[in-house]
Amino acid sequence: MKKELIKGNEAVVKAAILAGCTHYFGYPITPASEIAQAAAHYLPLIGGTFVQAESEVAAINMVYGAASAGARVLTASSSPGMSLKQEGISYLAGAELPAVLVDVMRAGPGLGNIWPEQSDYNQMVKGGGHGDYKNIVLAPNCAQEMCDMTLEAFDLADKYRCTAVLLTDGSIGQTMEPVEFPDEFRPAPYKDWAVYGDAKTQKNLISSIYMSIDALQALNRRLQQKYAEIELKEQKWEDFMTDDAELVVVAYGITSRVAQNAIEELRAEGRKVGMLRPKTLFPFPKKRLAEIAQTAKVFLAAEMSAGQMIDDVKLAIECKRPVEFYGTCGGSIPTVEDIKNSIMAAYKKRIG
Amino acid sequence: MEPSTITVKKGKPEAIYDTFERKAGKDKLTTHYCPGCGHGRVHKLVAEALSDFGLTDKTIFISPVGCSVFAYYYMNTGNVQAPHGRAPAVGTGLCRVRPDSVVISYQGDGDLAAIGTAEIIHAANRGENMMVIFVNNAIYGMTGGQMAPTTMVGQKTQTTPRGRTVMNEGHPIRMAELISGLEAPVYVERCAVTDTKNIMKTRKAIRKAVQLQAEKKGFSFIEILSACPTGWKMTPKDSIKWIQDNLEPYFKLGTIKDVSAEREPMIKPVPTNDAEAIYSALGLQKGKTKASTDRAIGEKRIKIAGFGGQGALTAGVMLANAGMNDGLHVSWIPSYGPEMRGGTANCSVVISDRRIGSPVFESPNVLIAMNGPSLDAFEADVTAGGTIIVNSSIVERKVKRSDVKVICAPLTDLAADLGIKAAANSVAIGVYLGHEKVFERERIYDVLKTSLKKKEALALNIQAVDAGYAFAQGK
Ligand SMILES: Cc1ncc(C[n+]2csc(CCOP(=O)(O)OP(=O)(O)O)c2C)c(N)n1
Ligand code: SF4
Repeated sequence: MKKELIKGNEAVVKAAILAGCTHYFGYPITPASEIAQAAAHYLPLIGGTFVQAESEVAAINMVYGAASAGARVLTASSSPGMSLKQEGISYLAGAELPAVLVDVMRAGPGLGNIWPEQSDYNQMVKGGGHGDYKNIVLAPNCAQEMCDMTLEAFDLADKYRCTAVLLTDGSIGQTMEPVEFPDEFRPAPYKDWAVYGDAKTQKNLISSIYMSIDALQALNRRLQQKYAEIELKEQKWEDFMTDDAELVVVAYGITSRVAQNAIEELRAEGRKVGMLRPKTLFPFPKKRLAEIAQTAKVFLAAEMSAGQMIDDVKLAIECKRPVEFYGTCGGSIPTVEDIKNSIMAAYKKRIG
Repeated sequence: MEPSTITVKKGKPEAIYDTFERKAGKDKLTTHYCPGCGHGRVHKLVAEALSDFGLTDKTIFISPVGCSVFAYYYMNTGNVQAPHGRAPAVGTGLCRVRPDSVVISYQGDGDLAAIGTAEIIHAANRGENMMVIFVNNAIYGMTGGQMAPTTMVGQKTQTTPRGRTVMNEGHPIRMAELISGLEAPVYVERCAVTDTKNIMKTRKAIRKAVQLQAEKKGFSFIEILSACPTGWKMTPKDSIKWIQDNLEPYFKLGTIKDVSAEREPMIKPVPTNDAEAIYSALGLQKGKTKASTDRAIGEKRIKIAGFGGQGALTAGVMLANAGMNDGLHVSWIPSYGPEMRGGTANCSVVISDRRIGSPVFESPNVLIAMNGPSLDAFEADVTAGGTIIVNSSIVERKVKRSDVKVICAPLTDLAADLGIKAAANSVAIGVYLGHEKVFERERIYDVLKTSLKKKEALALNIQAVDAGYAFAQGK
């Protein structure tokens, strides 16, 4: 397809439709509303359904219903709305239902403000609802990845029967960039476990209640095996000038875009710095980080939060190297200067 | 399904399993409900109706949270278990995906009238094609007999140990009346599973709701007063009498709303799998966009600002679009976050010969200031050696910086001369391209051609670009 200059938020909807998504349920919130608006525009044109729910709680439960009936289904929101969806996300996990969620993060806590932040990391990557479950979490950093990762999210969600989340932020969602959409339309696959309301699936049950301890233990074992398999197979990342880097920045989303500028400028000054950009946050790219830790001397976790992803960086490298931190809260995107300064501070402190 | 195709079958309700294999323990023949509980009776009436109409295999039954959480032990239908109170939202998802199915949301009074109030009201208000069976037993059975929203004033429960008071808990809620006050619901009835006469009435109401479902006539709501001998601490026999003496006078039985005769079936859309149609709906075009360029233009970080209506944002989109079509890397972001200041509408555009880092930047190397406040807001940010294009038609002051190239162009006047004042943004683009050829002017024409449908507007905007271009070249 020819490239289209399009907002990341809108690219999600077009990609979803090309992935066979037919249903969207959501509740408006800045800065995620373009997703709902695009869904409201495009889905009816293809015979699909858009419903503006009465709340995020209702929306995620509509997703639960539509996923039960075998549809590929999408919902999107921003931080306060994602908090409300957590109940439903836990049920989706318990019932092993596939669904794709987009969290266009804004600043918190509470109502916070509508500017970008990356402080939903813990609630989306670590779980935020009850029980031992995980979401697959993808971290796009441009409009093209908003498209590509939406396609990927639907496949992963179906493959593992789990929720797949695009964790992005207001600035990536709002930025228009060229996107090349896929040439192929893929209708939703048939799901033999779904409840289609027909004779063939009449015996099927979608449920997350297991009254016997044994049965619930078995479900949890199955979930943990699934997450272990995801950790093994689905880690994705991008290396940016890491080959000979002494200092490696770890950043995702908009922060990684700013870090790219900072690293390019420092390279021009002869500094051996690079970046490992996680494209999946669960599973976190542990393998690659562990490799890099063998050669790099220091890491810098850069994120728009008070420090959430940094824990995963430390775990991935088993604290074998120092991990310095750059963080910003309140809705401000770091400047190139900010990142450069914290890289240089870490550099001086640890390398000299 | 059309009413004429509904066949009435007789005999055992096939919609109830012969043995309850999903139920734990050895006893697979009796339900988990207490003796005298109304739930079992209501299950059977629903199952009978589904069996009689031959709809068992088309039905998706939603079990709520409450004593009927295990309704799926018994219902020989497709089964979905929902979170507490959310069954109508889950049902919305189900019936939107499977519009030909019969979707039944089965709920207790805590589930429906307390935690799930928003979901039931809005599913009803949207007129979802589902039927709701609302079992009102005036108490929370499952959790051990706490107060429900339908608990009677004076009724003792675990959480109203001295009886419900109006002062502390308000009055019991009449859900059927509330629902019937909405426009969309097609049929609302309140019944009671007490004596034979009322059980027969309940049976009739459920059959009617099932039939309306099959006919796709929308949302039906059957409230059923039902005994909870365990929660009420009464014998099954006393429970029936208690319903008659206490619940029925407050929760009036009968048809509360029925507009089924005047309702037409609602045919819901079916998604297409026709790839051509989908690509066309999405406005996606076949072919390939120029992948890259071998021209080294460096990286242009362009800030375009003006007051709303001057088209600063559109100008940015046009530049980015044209750059994209010429094989360049581009990004565009509207005023967003802390950079929004000075009462201007502004956007940040990056056009680059290499992969772009942040689309948000502090210091532009090109500023197009379409009004005074924009110049005030961003003049200081421009990098040394950069360019400031000022709309001299309305900006009175001079640019203070001496380390940048300044182009004072009467953008608004040049556009007005062409009789299209709104095209000052096109003039601005022309000035910029006349000053710095990041790509040929024709790339902008191409973008204008796809965005402007009216021939006249197109011609004038092209002239506006040319006027700006000529102005800059003449400098
Ligand atoms: C979020 C949540 N809060 C509370 C509960 C506990 N709970 C389970 S059933 C129930 C009330 C059920 O009462 P009702 O809906 O009247 O059904 P009944 O058991 O009387 O049939 C409650 C409060 C829960 N399961 N989930
Ligand atoms: S507690 Fe009440 S509602 Fe629950 S099964 Fe027993 S009688 Fe029925």
